[in-house]
Amino acid sequence: MPSTAVRPRRGGGLRRGEARSGWLFVAPAVIITAVFLVIPIALAFWVSLSDWNGFQSPLNPRVNFVGLENYAAITVDEGLDRRNFGISVRNNLYYVLLVVPLQTILSLLLAIQVNRAALRGKGFFRTAFYFPSVTSTVAIVIVFQFLFTASGAVNAVIGAFGIDGPDWFNDSTGLVHGALSAFGVSGPPPALAEPGFLGISAWEWLAGPSVAMSSLIMLAIFTTSGTFMLLFLAALQSIGAEIDEATLMDGAGPVRKFFSVTVPMLRPTLFTVLTLGLIGSWQVFDQIYVLGGASAGGTISTPAFLAYRSSFVDLEWGQGAAIAFILFLFIIVLTLLQRWFLKERGPKKRKKSSTSPSTTTEDSAASATAFTVDGGLR
Amino acid sequence: MRTSQWSAAALAAGLVVTLAACASADEGGDGDVQTGQELTMLIGSSGDAETTAVQAAADAWAAETGNTVEVIAANDLVQQLGQGFSGNNPPDIFYMPWDQFQTYAAQGFIEPYADELSNAGDFLPALAEQFSYDGEFYCAPKDFSTLGLQINLDAWEAAGLTDADIPTDWDQLADVAQALTTDDQVGLSMGREYARVGVFMNQAGGLLVDGDTIAADSPENAEALEYLQGLIADGSLKFPQELEAGWGGEAFGLGKAAMVIEGPWINGAMANDFPDRRFVSVELPAGPAGPSTFAFSNCWGMPVGSETKDATLDLIEFLTSDEQQLAFAEAFGVIPSTESGSAAYAEQFPENAAFVAGVASATSPVGFQGAAAALADFNVQLEQIGSADPSALLGPLQTNLQAAFDEANG
Repeated sequence: MPSTAVRPRRGGGLRRGEARSGWLFVAPAVIITAVFLVIPIALAFWVSLSDWNGFQSPLNPRVNFVGLENYAAITVDEGLDRRNFGISVRNNLYYVLLVVPLQTILSLLLAIQVNRAALRGKGFFRTAFYFPSVTSTVAIVIVFQFLFTASGAVNAVIGAFGIDGPDWFNDSTGLVHGALSAFGVSGPPPALAEPGFLGISAWEWLAGPSVAMSSLIMLAIFTTSGTFMLLFLAALQSIGAEIDEATLMDGAGPVRKFFSVTVPMLRPTLFTVLTLGLIGSWQVFDQIYVLGGASAGGTISTPAFLAYRSSFVDLEWGQGAAIAFILFLFIIVLTLLQRWFLKERGPKKRKKSSTSPSTTTEDSAASATAFTVDGGLR
Repeated sequence: MRTSQWSAAALAAGLVVTLAACASADEGGDGDVQTGQELTMLIGSSGDAETTAVQAAADAWAAETGNTVEVIAANDLVQQLGQGFSGNNPPDIFYMPWDQFQTYAAQGFIEPYADELSNAGDFLPALAEQFSYDGEFYCAPKDFSTLGLQINLDAWEAAGLTDADIPTDWDQLADVAQALTTDDQVGLSMGREYARVGVFMNQAGGLLVDGDTIAADSPENAEALEYLQGLIADGSLKFPQELEAGWGGEAFGLGKAAMVIEGPWINGAMANDFPDRRFVSVELPAGPAGPSTFAFSNCWGMPVGSETKDATLDLIEFLTSDEQQLAFAEAFGVIPSTESGSAAYAEQFPENAAFVAGVASATSPVGFQGAAAALADFNVQLEQIGSADPSALLGPLQTNLQAAFDEANG
């Protein structure tokens, strides 16, 4: 805009009204973004600060501003709300800690396998691995429910090895607790029994994922690794054959090649996969909803499910929105942290002149990926 | 520009005319019933039998009065109600579950219409009280159910038991449950939830709310849990989850449990899914402090300030008439909510007399505003009932109920 101001008046003729047309052309996108993104987020933020009970519009005059009360109820005020939130955060934390690394490793290995030139029936394997990703989660959960009942197929298989399988989806024993009880530790030592962060005792924080949650973790890895395999596969195929040859000439074996060439070249994709995995697993909802959320001693409840439950069932809409915003902050912070971890650092010091151009391109590629990740989120 | 002004004017005029027409239609409907209304009804159905029966009743009323009623069977009633209210588009009439009633009434969601019904005085007093908030009778009880003990006759006879062995107290219940337990069948099963376990607490003389105080951690309640733990230790009580059944009735129908504690809805479920199952329903055995059972009821909810109030009131009067309630009773086993209706029911369905007899000792489960969340947490804690100390289960319940109670009355 300032450039038009300094330009001579007669020169403006051709470009006159350009700004207006510009606005006109972006208007549909701006309006859609505002209506479906900006306004709902603003409204949800208002709800999280209000005592709206879910009756009529959240902007009606009977709704009062209550400040941070809803946030306090789930984070600092003693009570059931805080406890439920704490438990759900713990459950989800273990879910993320297991799902994100495992699905990333598995999908990378699958991608490398189906990328091998020598593999017969490549198309078949690619389709087979990708299939769970295009199937609805709800359908898969229901199939898993049948597989994992006490007398289901899974227990029949491990029963053949003489192992007495658990009642998967109803077993609330934490894996760490279970392992400890094998050594005769069945209760908390007094130091760990005191209520700690979010009203949950350290003993409960350390419970580990319950058996029920572990089944869901397996389910998540099964369904998502196909999608991420596809991302890795695309990235692998963009690694040229000349690089393979160069590696071979330098005398690197397959293991060395994997860690020193393939993985570094996949860094932008790795970032995408980890970010998408992190976001997706903090937002896990459908599996939990199908299973009822309250089964297995509350060990499969997650913040996303709790936000839904507080709002629609307990009519605590403010708390539900507050949980959603805390979750949002959580995801943002973790994604930034992870971005910082994956930043290219090492080689800069050694050979500044030769590596710096490639670093910049890689950085911009990474940020471009990050941008699409954010875009894909919405 | 001119055209658009004209069209706007025309549109406004049209709106005024339409609104006026609406208003006059409303005035015309004053006194007798409105016609041409399109009502939406949201129900939490127990199955096809119930949906069909409710739809048939609604259609009959609609045909008689010239309105239409769309019956929607909810997948998740409470969630869909919450969604309707927050979207400012609640159904005109809906099932209001007992455990949510106090919350909805306290939040000002539902219309206190019940006193305006012509049959307001016919309902059983206990039910009218259950659906009163702050001394005002809010909504008409739809029907009600009490819990009874179902006995699988084949298993009973196979175990060599006779009519004389039908348990009337806790000790006898433990004995027959033990006698009925075999390798592939457990003596007794029931839902692992407050709505079943609470009955035993009441039978032991315990209460969750005693007047103005919360008494969840009373010794009586602990005694009830200890009794159930004894049954679990004997192997004669297992919960449906452990039997790979969705609920008590399924475990019963599959023959995995010889006795269950369910309400009259089990008749419909058995007829539909397990028609060969021979069973009787008897009154629940009495505990140390006498007999007790739970009465569950839904009411016909109406959103506050409903625009279709007159038509909906007429529909509710129709649905709660003795004749219609007996038709529902026949279709899906519920007990009519009126005094005359329930008496007629006991005569007409002698096999369900035990449920009606339960009314004498029936109490309503605790359901004040906010209690639902505390009880949901208790249901989760109950998963540990096999191993936990009763005080470890009742302590948190006491704390959570107290907090909810203080908030509801503070």
